[in-house]
Amino acid sequence: MTINPASLPQSQLVAGMKCRVCGKQWPVSTTNFCEDDFGPLEVDYHYDKIKPLVSRQLFESRPNNMWRWKEFLPLNGEPTVGLHVGGTPLVRATRLGKAIGIDNLWIKNDAVNYPTLSFKDRVVAVALSKAMEFGLKTVGCASTGNLANSVAANAASVGLKSYILVPSDLERAKILGTTIYGANVIAVRGTYDEVNRLCTQIAFHHGWGFVNINLRPFYAEGSKTMGYEIAQQLGWRTPKNVVSPMAGGALIGKICKGFNELANAGLIEIPNTSYFGAQASGCNPISGSVKENRERHKPVRKPDTICKSLAIGDPADGYFAAKLIRESGGWAEDVPDTEIRECMALLAGTEGIFAETAGGVTVAVARKLVLQGKIKKNEETVLCITGNGLKTQDAVAEILPAPALINPQLQEFQALLTDGAPPVRQTEPALA
Amino acid sequence: MAILVHIPPPLRPYAEGTDKISLAPAEAATISQALKALVSKHPGLNDRMYTNGQLRPFVNVYLNNEDVRFLDGEFNAPLKDGDDVAIIPAVGGG
Repeated sequence: MTINPASLPQSQLVAGMKCRVCGKQWPVSTTNFCEDDFGPLEVDYHYDKIKPLVSRQLFESRPNNMWRWKEFLPLNGEPTVGLHVGGTPLVRATRLGKAIGIDNLWIKNDAVNYPTLSFKDRVVAVALSKAMEFGLKTVGCASTGNLANSVAANAASVGLKSYILVPSDLERAKILGTTIYGANVIAVRGTYDEVNRLCTQIAFHHGWGFVNINLRPFYAEGSKTMGYEIAQQLGWRTPKNVVSPMAGGALIGKICKGFNELANAGLIEIPNTSYFGAQASGCNPISGSVKENRERHKPVRKPDTICKSLAIGDPADGYFAAKLIRESGGWAEDVPDTEIRECMALLAGTEGIFAETAGGVTVAVARKLVLQGKIKKNEETVLCITGNGLKTQDAVAEILPAPALINPQLQEFQALLTDGAPPVRQTEPALA
Repeated sequence: MAILVHIPPPLRPYAEGTDKISLAPAEAATISQALKALVSKHPGLNDRMYTNGQLRPFVNVYLNNEDVRFLDGEFNAPLKDGDDVAIIPAVGGG
């Protein structure tokens, strides 16, 4: 018997939707802001009811995907979208650690997340499963690329119609990687922020489920699963430092929420983690507000960086990300495009992980924070790698050597090794 | 011609259901004045849009589709006949 998700009674574990500014609680609905003050809403839970239901053994007994944590996720019933998302590797990064000066370094590798190779599959799985529970037939998003791929793929997998709006200068691989799923893809002449403002107006007009707009509170909850997984994979404990890239600014806060929820349920010790945010210098509203000690960020009108996935000039969660960073004893930094490319190559050459530009940002910022003394050599640190490098190959094309070109003759190959002809590339790139 | 101020759906219940108002240039020399004129015509909007006399942080305002924070003068930027002012809650970020 197929259960219609739209007919399920509301979850007993979800308390409602709470305003992050005034704290007022609202009933569950397709809205993401408080009607009193337009503050963003966050899903709230009956944690006292969840605690007796969960245990380490329970979570570990379930299949290794994001839904093993379902008591902490805002659905009424079983998920209908993204059933195999999550459960990505946590990689001990000894070689990268040596290169950047961190002895005990880990990489949470969402570059291999299923199905679209970015952490966005986590948030989309929740948002679209919730859209099904609301009985919505059409979904959409504004995207810098990874979200587009994910919404298009996951919507196709369950037959939801989708409208994906992107800035028209988005990388070709990301556009093809969205259109292939049959989504309606619209390229907008403008920045991501302009695309997002337009999508807000479209969402108001049509009532479609825009995952990062009117479904945002549910969408955001998916990111907590990255935090739960990190804690469980470390052996049910939290690291001293987390370094996370920041676009809209939501991920870093949700990793923290995930750690705190596990602690409140008695599953881990109270965390003492410091959070570090990473941005590109060509679009650094949040790192700018941290470094200049401003409560509110100054929006960036025209982001200018090869890291398009983080090119959000007016991040919705900027205020909350900066607050968390400060209060946790963390910091934020940003890096130029040259270092982004260099560190994409460094991560690939030391750990065999090809991350997209945001990964280069995260590694480069971690390196910078070590040089500044903000992250100490002996502190256990997790880097969040959020998307796959195959999506942003153009960004590194200019720094990679073309293969040597020879005829199929042994002596020509030998000449490469001995003759002063272009040297065979080592597995370790030259370190700066 | 006039200056139009668009009211987003979440605010319309506080503006007697109105989706936009039309202002004469004399009533709305700047964006700031246009918003004040809006609130004086529909006082129910005041508490939704303002706190301690300041525009609430998650309320964005656009002049002809341009974010007001990027304009010369910001909220004191001048308006002219035919301009479009839109109020849109800051609700996104992918």
